[in-house]
Amino acid sequence: MNLTPLNIVFWGVAGLFGVGLYGLLITRNLIKVVMVLQILVKAVVLALVLGGKISGNLGLGQSIAATVIVVDTIVAVVGLALAVQVRRRFGTLDVSEIDTLRG
Amino acid sequence: MDNIQYAILLVGAILCAYRAMVSKRILSATLYLAGISALVSTVIYKLGAMQVAVIELSVGAGLVTVLLVYALSVVGDDALDPSSIISKPMAFVVVALTISILGWMAYTRWAIVESTGSIVLADVLWQQRVLDVWIQIALIFSGVMGVLGLLSEQKPGQTGDVPL
Repeated sequence: MNLTPLNIVFWGVAGLFGVGLYGLLITRNLIKVVMVLQILVKAVVLALVLGGKISGNLGLGQSIAATVIVVDTIVAVVGLALAVQVRRRFGTLDVSEIDTLRG
Repeated sequence: MDNIQYAILLVGAILCAYRAMVSKRILSATLYLAGISALVSTVIYKLGAMQVAVIELSVGAGLVTVLLVYALSVVGDDALDPSSIISKPMAFVVVALTISILGWMAYTRWAIVESTGSIVLADVLWQQRVLDVWIQIALIFSGVMGVLGLLSEQKPGQTGDVPL
């Protein structure tokens, strides 16, 4: 396999995605969950731009990447607001402690 | 030379991601996250996607960092990060399997196509993907309204529980 810049970015995306997914699986702190989601989405944004570059349609890749960035930011904002409320109400940020549904 | 620059930037981003994940203090992890965003946006810029690089840098390293610091100032820098529910070797196996499958699926379709003419982002965004723009506007509006509702303080005497 030739080691071109696009190949290096491909392996970088894989590494970043792997670290983010591993963090998502082992993290129980609610704020850290939001953070590792951010890492995952950064890998996805990079993959979209790389895909656009490879397929010769960088404009489309950029457009979808911009949409993903906006959606991810909304997810982060709502997730952090939920974390603040969970901390106020339950006194903890441990996701396994807040799995009780109450009416 | 380009290879070395890309490799340094991406290895730096992966190291920052690892440090953000294992860091005990969430404030340190937040700063590492801003570092990842800066490095990734540099890579995106070098790939030729200038507009997305600027959006990623301003939103990822700016807005999200400010939001995280604000959330930490409200809840406190809780160093508590209890052990994971899933065992770490099991998580490693799941990640390795996922990366292998996704990598194989992507790499078998790897075919570089030379760009035919210059297609600017504004044309794609406002002509081909105009629905995305409207969805983004709706999402931003609903996100702001949702956050205002979530962060609003309860009035005294109001329990917040829904009566049955």
